[in-house]
Amino acid sequence: MKSKVLTVFAAAALLAACETAPTEQAQTTGEGQAEETVVTEEVTEQTPAPGSQEQLQQEVGSKVYFAFDKSTLSEEARETLKAQAGWLKEYEGVTVTIEGHADERGTREYNLALGERRANAVKDYLTALGVDPNRLRTISYGEERPAVVGHDKEAWAKNRRAVTVVD
Amino acid sequence: MRRLIALLAVLALLPAVIGPARAEVTIDITRGRIEPMPIAIVPFGGDSAKAKKLGKKVAGVVGADLEGSGLFELIDKDAFIQEDLSLGVRPRFADWRAVNAEALVQGRAKLVSGGRLRVEFRLWDVFAARQMKGLAYFTAPDNWRRVAHIVADAIYKRITGEKGYFDSRIVYIAESGSPKDRTKQLAIMDQDGANRRYLTDGGHLVLTPRFAPESQRIVYLSYAGREPRVYLFNLQTGEQERLGTFPGMTYAPRFHPDGEHVIMSLAREGNSEIYTMDLEDRTPTRLTENPAIDTSPAYGPDGERIVFNSDRGGSQQLYVMRADGSNVHRISFGDGRYASPVWSPRGDFIAFTKIKGDTFYIGVMRPDGSGERLLAKGWSVGSPTWAPNGRRLMFYRETKGGEGEANPSGLYSIDLTGHNERRLETPRDASDPAWSPLLH
Repeated sequence: MKSKVLTVFAAAALLAACETAPTEQAQTTGEGQAEETVVTEEVTEQTPAPGSQEQLQQEVGSKVYFAFDKSTLSEEARETLKAQAGWLKEYEGVTVTIEGHADERGTREYNLALGERRANAVKDYLTALGVDPNRLRTISYGEERPAVVGHDKEAWAKNRRAVTVVD
Repeated sequence: MRRLIALLAVLALLPAVIGPARAEVTIDITRGRIEPMPIAIVPFGGDSAKAKKLGKKVAGVVGADLEGSGLFELIDKDAFIQEDLSLGVRPRFADWRAVNAEALVQGRAKLVSGGRLRVEFRLWDVFAARQMKGLAYFTAPDNWRRVAHIVADAIYKRITGEKGYFDSRIVYIAESGSPKDRTKQLAIMDQDGANRRYLTDGGHLVLTPRFAPESQRIVYLSYAGREPRVYLFNLQTGEQERLGTFPGMTYAPRFHPDGEHVIMSLAREGNSEIYTMDLEDRTPTRLTENPAIDTSPAYGPDGERIVFNSDRGGSQQLYVMRADGSNVHRISFGDGRYASPVWSPRGDFIAFTKIKGDTFYIGVMRPDGSGERLLAKGWSVGSPTWAPNGRRLMFYRETKGGEGEANPSGLYSIDLTGHNERRLETPRDASDPAWSPLLH
């Protein structure tokens, strides 16, 4: 039993390493008192370059999701965008395009309008958080570029999105 | 019982008694459901092997056109009693009555000086034993299909009293490739699917093409340079140009019936408004002013009113306004979301897409919103477009794709009555059809 648990932990650690996520090495004294921890992060070839799309995706999150026929930002979306705003302030030279998308259960032209509304909801929020609007371009793809190719409610929820893409 | 049988026998005789006395063969297409009229189309003769071959092909296309309308039923050639009906010969009407033909078409193809093709036809009323129409057309032999469509239009008009729609084209979007990054190309073909060609190479996304009233220009949405904007495509020169210099996405374009203005949506800072643009000086005029989505505008045939799609009332509905943007009023009040309205060229109906629950519909209503009827449905249907005579509609239908697959899509047409739905085969998936006006 004990060895099985260890194996699972080992696998998880291995996975974490693969994703180049920070691994925490805690050293404990005999008294059970936690000391200051040291965070080690491996920098591999796969580690995204600073200011890159990969870094934005992995460390911040490039997508926010919307409810059906809506362009209002959820609490979760706002959290993601706050992190995006922080990231954009860190990499001041970066400009991005915000792509607005709709699911396939609408009509083409209305979905273009909806995608544009969603992209602008993101732009407006990032601007309100202090990002220079001149660094933010928007484009709507309507229902033309799904992220998930599926034809059910789960897929549609993932396709109603705005994606921040580094230019 | 005996009496009943006798009565039925009399009733059965009645049409035969009334039939020959009828003055003229006509179809009243304003009626609801129509029994197709039996028509015999004799293979057109020719004075040479080449002419004969062309004549046969012309007659074949004429027959396919008329039958496709759902208003005519072609009588099988095997049933013909009078077999060698060349144009110089007067029909033996008794023979045609015997095979239940009400109308008869005979014709001849001839190659004349200058290598031109002459096609002549006569339309006969079989019961009255009278010629209803006779015409001849000259053209280049390669253009035989157009002549066939023009002949079919002439027959359709003579019998129904309404203009036909056969000499017309369809512009649409041909789809292929990965569902996540679909390749979409502008494509054009004759109304019956012949003479197809692709106008763009698929290098960038294109959507929603629509014809100008003279059928020589198309407006559409292109993502060239990753900037979605309305473009104008000139079919004669092959030239493509971006319409105007707008600070945001322009989309949902349609021509004014005068051919000199284009109406479209401009999206700016999350708000879509409707503009009309004068093609001469390229000045845009704003027609709506509302924080809601205002899109999919379409002019009525007189250019005085505009129908459009808006969510200003909280959900997607249809609205009508004057051409100057005044007097906006909602016309759709049914249960569901309404979209992509388009005014019939006859002015009597507005076609639309409706979404209710999990089903999409193509429907029509009067311009005041009354008389809503749903004609076709599917997992997804959209982009209704009118035949030039306002009698048929074309649209696209998507069926639900498999896991990881794009939704297969194709073009369909249906009669205004909701009958006679037909698929128009295309080599690739197809969407966003737009029907041209008559070419002649």
